[in-house]
Amino acid sequence: MALTTFAWLVLLFPLLGTVTIALGHPRLPGRSAGWLATAAIFLSFLFSLATLISLLSRDPTHRQVTSSLWSYDFTAGLDARMQILVDPLSVFMILVVSGVSTLIHLYSVSYMWQDQGYRRYFSYLNYFVFSMLLLVLAGNFILLIVGWAFVGAASYLLISFWYRRTTATRAGLKAFVINVVGDVGLVLGTFFLFRHTGTVGFLKTFHSVHHVFHTNSTDLVAACLLLLVGAFAKSAQFPLHTWLPDAMEGPTPVSALIHAATMVTAGVYLIARMHPLFELAPTAADVGAAIGGFTMVLAATIALVMTDIKRVIAYSTMSQIGYMIMGVSAGAYAAGLFHLMTHAFFKALLFMAAGSIIGAMAGAQSLDRMGGFRKALPFTFACFVIGGLALSGLPPFSGWFSKDDILAFLDHRGGGFLALGIIGYAGAFLTALYTFRMIFRAFFGHAVYEATELEQGHLAHADVPRNPLTGEEEDNDVGFPGPGHFIAEREFPMKLAMGTLAVLATVGGLVQIPGVDSAVERFLEPAFADSRFAHTQVSTGAAWVGLLIGALVAVVGIAIAYRIWVGSPGIAVRARERLAAVYQFLSHRWYVDDVIDLLIVRPALWFGRLVDFVLERVVIGGVVTGGPLGVVRAGSVAVRRVQTGYLRYYAAAMVICMSGIAAYFLVAST
Amino acid sequence: MAIGWYLAVSAIIFCIGAGGVMARRNPLTILLCLELMLNGANLALMAFARMWGGEDGQVFALIVMVVAASEVVVGLGLIVALYRRRLPVDVDELSELHG
Amino acid sequence: MSQVLFFLTAIGALTGAVGVVMLRNPFYGVLSLAFHLVCLAGLFLLLRAEFVAFVQVVVYAGAVMVLYVFVVAYVGGGQSLPSGAVLRVLGPLFAAGLAAELCIAMLGSALQGIHSRGAPFIQGFGTPAHIGKLLLTTYLFPFEAASILLLVAAVGAVVLARRRRGLEGDESPPITVSAPRPAYTGTMAEAAGVRPAGHEEPMEPEGESVGGPPRTTTQGGW
Repeated sequence: MALTTFAWLVLLFPLLGTVTIALGHPRLPGRSAGWLATAAIFLSFLFSLATLISLLSRDPTHRQVTSSLWSYDFTAGLDARMQILVDPLSVFMILVVSGVSTLIHLYSVSYMWQDQGYRRYFSYLNYFVFSMLLLVLAGNFILLIVGWAFVGAASYLLISFWYRRTTATRAGLKAFVINVVGDVGLVLGTFFLFRHTGTVGFLKTFHSVHHVFHTNSTDLVAACLLLLVGAFAKSAQFPLHTWLPDAMEGPTPVSALIHAATMVTAGVYLIARMHPLFELAPTAADVGAAIGGFTMVLAATIALVMTDIKRVIAYSTMSQIGYMIMGVSAGAYAAGLFHLMTHAFFKALLFMAAGSIIGAMAGAQSLDRMGGFRKALPFTFACFVIGGLALSGLPPFSGWFSKDDILAFLDHRGGGFLALGIIGYAGAFLTALYTFRMIFRAFFGHAVYEATELEQGHLAHADVPRNPLTGEEEDNDVGFPGPGHFIAEREFPMKLAMGTLAVLATVGGLVQIPGVDSAVERFLEPAFADSRFAHTQVSTGAAWVGLLIGALVAVVGIAIAYRIWVGSPGIAVRARERLAAVYQFLSHRWYVDDVIDLLIVRPALWFGRLVDFVLERVVIGGVVTGGPLGVVRAGSVAVRRVQTGYLRYYAAAMVICMSGIAAYFLVAST
Repeated sequence: MAIGWYLAVSAIIFCIGAGGVMARRNPLTILLCLELMLNGANLALMAFARMWGGEDGQVFALIVMVVAASEVVVGLGLIVALYRRRLPVDVDELSELHG
Repeated sequence: MSQVLFFLTAIGALTGAVGVVMLRNPFYGVLSLAFHLVCLAGLFLLLRAEFVAFVQVVVYAGAVMVLYVFVVAYVGGGQSLPSGAVLRVLGPLFAAGLAAELCIAMLGSALQGIHSRGAPFIQGFGTPAHIGKLLLTTYLFPFEAASILLLVAAVGAVVLARRRRGLEGDESPPITVSAPRPAYTGTMAEAAGVRPAGHEEPMEPEGESVGGPPRTTTQGGW
């Protein structure tokens, strides 16, 4: 089969999965919905592999292929088609997305069992994977925007999956509203580009952009900044980042898939895809890199004080995406995408492991209530450690190679980027610190009640199901989590998924060792051949120096974390008391939420209420509809009085009218 | 006689009937006055038939008589039904079809 | 001569009309209308319409008025109802106005178009033969339509005026009594004095119970 046929099939299977489960859900007993969904994504992954092989069999200069099924519109010079673009970048993305999604589906088959919304969950999850694949395979702006919007919708559906929880629905709404802000940016950016280039296809745009714009022209910078708004909303960068920690209200596999491995990386993909535009508008690229660096530090500092285990990992995601955005904005495309891949592995692994320990805690997520699970959950502990080491960037794990790849490139570019690079190392230190804070607090120290029970083989159950954030009572019916709690040690699908990811997180970095091999970079080369930085090479020596610094920083961070949280736990309490103001600032998330609430949310609500009272009730209700309504009513009351019901009056009316007509004709004929 | 006389008589009969319909309350009497109006029209028809010399007007008048007969039959049936149901046989009382 | 007859019948018709409107008792009103119809028939005769005059007397004054009399007898004259306040005065006024208008129309302006002489008299004008020919040739469709109208009106009147079952409780289910009778009573055998030998056991009662609830019969008692 042809290359593009494989690509279309990659898109087809998740869509079929969604529709089948959605329409046939009454006839899918037990876990069949889960297995069906997993099979659909696995088929998609197989076809992604087929696409990869087919692409590699082609000549490197002919590796950007488009294929369109039909065209929507040919009016006003707009050539909108249902078009996909198959090139190394999109194949890389579909491999990562479908591969990690298969493993997360496998994990969810066990994790979401006994939930009343089991089938709905898998339908939504397949829909999400379809949307993400559509986004990365899109060959023109129109389909990109469609995929972008679908992914936002899927995120909303899955965050507020347990829809009877008020916290979850509110979080879903918040995520969706911020996503819409990003959508507006994306669409406006597209329009700015279309106005000058006259086309919406990617390849045509990129070829014509040099003729149409000059470097740093205002329109191009504006378009790129608007695209960045879209990227930041989707990838949770400052100032559109506030939705990501709240999005942890969704089930843990959802957090793993959407908010760690795939959706939040859509912004990174966008910037990498639009690299010809960003390279022609360095101002926008610099803004991107700066904000990426700022978010990295912001998120890392907040993660230090979070007590909810999922939120720690969420902020960690935000921070790592900051790295990636820094990388692709600065020109390190291969490095940034390499980090995207390895991050997908170890972050999904961390979330899965977090799901396991939350299951052991019967739904509680707070680090304050966890401790000493090392003996009770050995496999989960191992996964956490592997993921944590990869995240911190310790050799020989995958994160070490990918993170320092980016930082080495930044240092090489020099100037402002060197400063960002140094901030990156500081961020790496903080990463190691908060990651191992989490691990040491959950697995070391005094074993809590749930851990000791589990060591004896009894899995804890909550008497009354509660919301992990607010503590209010719930039940186990549809719209709330099911009664089952699952840990990796007891469920084989969970173990299989986590094990695969652990192996990938360990060895995944070996594909791009400086001076030895550069598989990722060579594979992605045809996609970035027209880049200014295509021939920028970091020397092997500088790369290894960077790697060593990174490893050193990470080891120091882990050591300090060990001292504080395992060695002498009193230090943590005393530091918190001494730096109370700093702690306050960090635990309120730098007050960003409050500022946004004050500046945007409250005025919007006030304005809405004003419009309701004034415009809606008075103007529209009173004047526009009320006026004619009143007139018609009065008229009908008047007309009704003629119908008295008395026969003789009717007869009299007839006679009078007859006389009138006769009189008229009489007069008219004279 | 000149035809104008017949037409004048016909008009007067018609208007007497109309006045009766408006002024009386008993539905039986109203029906009778309705008959008067029809007869006035019949007389006019016959007069014009004589004027033009063809019998078309007379046939028209015959059919009018048929119609009058059917209408009387139905009207009287209504009055009988009213009386049977012990409703007041008075058009001023029977005024429920109002707006 | 014809003028005298005209005035006589015209005044008779008008008197009858006024009588219909003014008389209180609807019975007297019916009689007044009958008189009016006969005078109108006279006017028709003056207009050379023999057949229509005949039909007027036979059908209108004969059948329709008789029907009226029957209904008035059934319904009763009722108490004399006073006319409604306003229209008692205004009604005749409106009617008078209309009459004035019509007369002005005819006698004033429109009379120019009316030949006062009329058409020449053709032998057989107004006879049943001519009318019949017209009815069956030119005016066949109205003729048939009128017959259907009569049918509809007859059916409608029957439906309107019939008794409704169950509405007034006129009919109650007949009470049945199944009184057992001794064997052979009422039969020819009894009349003949014949008795079956040794047959003393009771037989099934042949009571005629029409529509009543079945009664359980007791043993014996025959």
